[in-house]
Amino acid sequence: MSGANRIAGAGRLTPAKTVRFTFDGEIYTALEGDTLASALVANGVHLMGRSFKYHRARGVLGAGAEEPNALMGIERDRARRQPNVRATVQEVFEGMKATSQNRWPSLAFDIGAVNNLMSPFFAAGFYYKTFMWPKAAWQKLYEPIIRGAAGLGVSPDEADTDHYASRYVHCDVLVIGGGVCGLSAALAAAKSGASVVICDEQAQMGGALAYENGVTLYDEAGFDWAGKTAAELAGMDNVRVLTRTTAFGYYVQNFVALSERVTDHLAEPDADLPRERLWQVRAKRVIIATGAIERHMVFANNDRPGIMLSSAARTFLNHYGVAVGTKVGVYTANDSAYETAFDLKRVGVSVEAIVDCRDNPGEGKLSTAADLGITVKTGHSVTNTKGARRITAMVVERNGGGGAKTIAVDALIMSAGWTPSVHMFSQSRGKVAWDADTQRFLPGDYAQDCVSIGACNGTEDLQASVDEAIAAGEFAAKAVGGKRAANLKIAASGGGGWSGGVAGSADGAGPDTTVKAFVDFQNDVTAKDIRLAVREGMHSIEHVKRFTTNGMASDQGKTSNIHGLAIAADALSREMPAVGLTTFRPPYTPVTFGSIVNHGRGQLFDPTRKTPMHGWAEEHGAVFEDVSQWKRAWYFPRIGEDMHAAVNRECKTVREAAGVFDASTLGKIEVVGPDAAAFLDLMYTNGWGKLKPGRCKYGIMLREDGFIYDDGVVARIAEDRFHVTTTTGGAPRVLHHMEDYLQTEFPHLDVWLTSTSEQWAVIAVQGPKAREIIEPLVEDIDLSNEAMPHMSALEGKICGVPTRLFRVSFTGEAGYEVNVPADFGRAVWEAIWERAEPLGACAYGTETMHVLRAEKGFIIVGQDTDGTVTPQDAGLSWAIAKSKPDYVGIRGLMRPDLVADDRKQLVGLKTKDANTVLEEGAQVVADPNQPIPMKMLGHVTSSYWSENCGRSIAMALVAGGRAKMGETLYVPMPDRTIEVEVTGTVFFDEKGERVNG
Amino acid sequence: MAKSEAVQPHYPLEGRLGGSAFVSVSPGEPASRLALRARPEALASLSKALGVKLPEKPKTSTRATAVKAKGRRAAWIGPDEWLVIDENGADLLAACDGVDGVFSAVDVSNRNTAIIVSGAGAEATISAGCPQNLSMDVFPVGACSRTLLGKTEIILLREAEDVFRVEVWRSFSAYAFAFLADSGRSPMM
Repeated sequence: MSGANRIAGAGRLTPAKTVRFTFDGEIYTALEGDTLASALVANGVHLMGRSFKYHRARGVLGAGAEEPNALMGIERDRARRQPNVRATVQEVFEGMKATSQNRWPSLAFDIGAVNNLMSPFFAAGFYYKTFMWPKAAWQKLYEPIIRGAAGLGVSPDEADTDHYASRYVHCDVLVIGGGVCGLSAALAAAKSGASVVICDEQAQMGGALAYENGVTLYDEAGFDWAGKTAAELAGMDNVRVLTRTTAFGYYVQNFVALSERVTDHLAEPDADLPRERLWQVRAKRVIIATGAIERHMVFANNDRPGIMLSSAARTFLNHYGVAVGTKVGVYTANDSAYETAFDLKRVGVSVEAIVDCRDNPGEGKLSTAADLGITVKTGHSVTNTKGARRITAMVVERNGGGGAKTIAVDALIMSAGWTPSVHMFSQSRGKVAWDADTQRFLPGDYAQDCVSIGACNGTEDLQASVDEAIAAGEFAAKAVGGKRAANLKIAASGGGGWSGGVAGSADGAGPDTTVKAFVDFQNDVTAKDIRLAVREGMHSIEHVKRFTTNGMASDQGKTSNIHGLAIAADALSREMPAVGLTTFRPPYTPVTFGSIVNHGRGQLFDPTRKTPMHGWAEEHGAVFEDVSQWKRAWYFPRIGEDMHAAVNRECKTVREAAGVFDASTLGKIEVVGPDAAAFLDLMYTNGWGKLKPGRCKYGIMLREDGFIYDDGVVARIAEDRFHVTTTTGGAPRVLHHMEDYLQTEFPHLDVWLTSTSEQWAVIAVQGPKAREIIEPLVEDIDLSNEAMPHMSALEGKICGVPTRLFRVSFTGEAGYEVNVPADFGRAVWEAIWERAEPLGACAYGTETMHVLRAEKGFIIVGQDTDGTVTPQDAGLSWAIAKSKPDYVGIRGLMRPDLVADDRKQLVGLKTKDANTVLEEGAQVVADPNQPIPMKMLGHVTSSYWSENCGRSIAMALVAGGRAKMGETLYVPMPDRTIEVEVTGTVFFDEKGERVNG
Repeated sequence: MAKSEAVQPHYPLEGRLGGSAFVSVSPGEPASRLALRARPEALASLSKALGVKLPEKPKTSTRATAVKAKGRRAAWIGPDEWLVIDENGADLLAACDGVDGVFSAVDVSNRNTAIIVSGAGAEATISAGCPQNLSMDVFPVGACSRTLLGKTEIILLREAEDVFRVEVWRSFSAYAFAFLADSGRSPMM
């Protein structure tokens, strides 16, 4: 048996197809196709959760996406646990484990429910006011307690084992919503030849037809027509039908994000299927057919389990075959609830009374009620309810009070009217307009190429809605170039309207009362709270919302916003539009992080770039460091060596024998064209015209403001071809910087830039034995000092492979940078290593590279410069061509502030105790005995232990530093003050003779 | 080692294979590639020298018809930019030597590597990470574009209705391959 409340012959589920699941450890039986909510109601379970603030017992309110109460934890296994799942959306599968939330120790007995008794103290704004004093208590006492109480559900503590997918799709027409209007519009557009995507959040298309059984289309029952139409659409080549797919975000240029729940309803999903798929749709036209959402009545204690929307009760009955109770009360302000009462009565459920706050219900309602033997109390209101974990009775009074009567019920269904779902329209930046006649916000001015149809557009009559839908589908298809006519006509009959009803508090919950009449169930906001907010001075709905948190829960106020607005407007004695409507923002319903991140997890979180020689370095024990997206070999420790020992050895070895270093990550740009040299003259401070092919030069690139942007060695390969190198991290931005200037400032130049960073693998061979190592491998290049001096670059072959061989040095040693096509990087590296190792050379990493260059006072842009350093500051005045009329940054460099004498200048620092290594970033002062804050002269930019110098070395930017040579300065640290002497920046081979080897 | 004996290359995606019943993801064969930039006046002579007509219509590519240039194609990448690919590894840079006109030819054979995505699910597999419209009416056989795949830049060429060539920079190729292998698990066709 799939629940005592299952009505034989009602609903569309198959009685034989049962599935079992657990809720809070109890085993229940459901039918295939049930939602968790329908399955629990079928089993007589209405208590499904506790409210957020007061921990009040709550049951299911709706049967769809709007659900504020029945939020649960759904679990497949420890890693796949999802909190805050709406029981009305989650389909039951065999073996599913559902758990209630926000209760301890159990759902039935919840200690936190004491908050309900304390509720007079927890009025709106309570947190803002109460925890202001004493100030010291905030951090230690209030915040931890509030944080502990905040939030709903428990997040999983293991990595999610599901995977998620993404899909971009382009279409002529996107239809949001698969009800009668959405389907009609999609069919019309598709038959007109447009490519169509139609999505709906439910498992099956049909929308309101799932419960509205009085509708026929082509003389066919509404939901059957919907199924057939969906199948017809799915069979068309130009249509994509997406069920269980929620359009949650509407962005610019008709870019709409959909979240498809692919496996959440399956007991044993195929491992290759993603749990969810994010669809990013670019549509030429969008048709919004999102229907309307029913509102609840706002009266005292309207939140007990068993009290729900009339449309929910009707869905449970007509779709799932579940009666929501055996003695049902009805409380309504419009005609919709009558239909639910009639349907219930027809299957034998006792309807105790229909309480209608209106004096005159719609045409024919009273006579049908009379025919069915249902008592209708017009001009009456439900003013209170009773029951602990489920409603047991409703108190009915005449409007204005009097004649109170308590009627025993085990369920109460209610309808205050329908709110058109303008969420998507509003997200598209359309402006909603207040319709005074029907007292509703409806789509007004459109901002994008979209149209709203049916209930979300305020269209009343079914045939009119269908006609509107077909016209919208045909128009959209025609607008995107569809040539065919759909020739579609759908005869529709039945169904109720969407207007009428009330907004705001009902009789007995007015301004003169103190009852708990809930407006926002999930955030426990009552009518009284909203009035308090107005009294406290919140006169805009945006302020009321934030003060009370009305509409700020995960349901985003789908049932509460209009009520809240009406109550605030009433308290302010204004019309609703004068108080404003809060903005609708994405997402329409909560979206998982998995769906948003989709493929971007683990190795796909971000590209990890590896050089052609990465594998060799790995095999030789390299420790890697991250440099932008690159993995670079940091150092190569031998057995027993720590980083310090390995770097000391590598540094010594390079200067005594040689070292081999992977410099492949250097940015490289090929600058080609007759104006190549002219362009470089404009981009760099140096002059390039006189550089001969086969020679290279160190260049500095500035920004317009005169500060150093990048540096690197540039080789002239031919008259019209330069090989530019940049820093590793700077490669992409330097190319953009150059391209930007080329296109916007110097478009007259015949020159082009091509990134070749990855074309070349670069093997630096540095040290006294560098030439000896590579000489036997090189063809067609004379390596002698005369033919190939320091700062030259020649083309030839190495190991039979074409090479651009650079004689350059970032170590101060004689050395080469061997550029070979990347496919040959590893093989040439291995050939070089085969020669280098027996000669006593080592492989070295980036740390040794850093130390060696610091020993020579070579800067690293971004370490020794920080975007406020000029070439003069860095001691690189020699690299500025004095005779050039123009280059990027020339005017910046003329600013008085940039030529001042007391600017921070790059100097060397030697600690008085040679063994003390300064901390990079440490501040430098002249007088450590000043009171704090001391006058700071600058900071340490680079600092290392230098094995080659036998002491620590450092560089620092110090105000007026070059005038302070030989002076003693101080570096104050938390535990001591370190004395330093200001020196030049070159610590090793000051005359620079070794490069000439 | 004798100087003339060339060492062996190592290709970035060697040995990888990915995909599912719907799609195959595999490394492309080594090829030579030329990044070509040129002024309009140089197009005719460059087309002649390369044996393949440089397309002037955006997002299209052409294949060489001459027997000597078989396996060569030119893809329009930008208003003055082309990627020329030769599957037989011909020296494309040398082919441009001495051509009249203002242009820039740069060998990028080893900068890029290719991933071939083929099968009924090929379009859907790429559409997981590529925001462009890849339907046949907008991106037909021969179409090409510099675009995105997930977090990396690619050049995409449609070689047949269900065969795409993804050109990607070498160090991003492991990411691109893994992305396609992941999205190819269950492409939504």
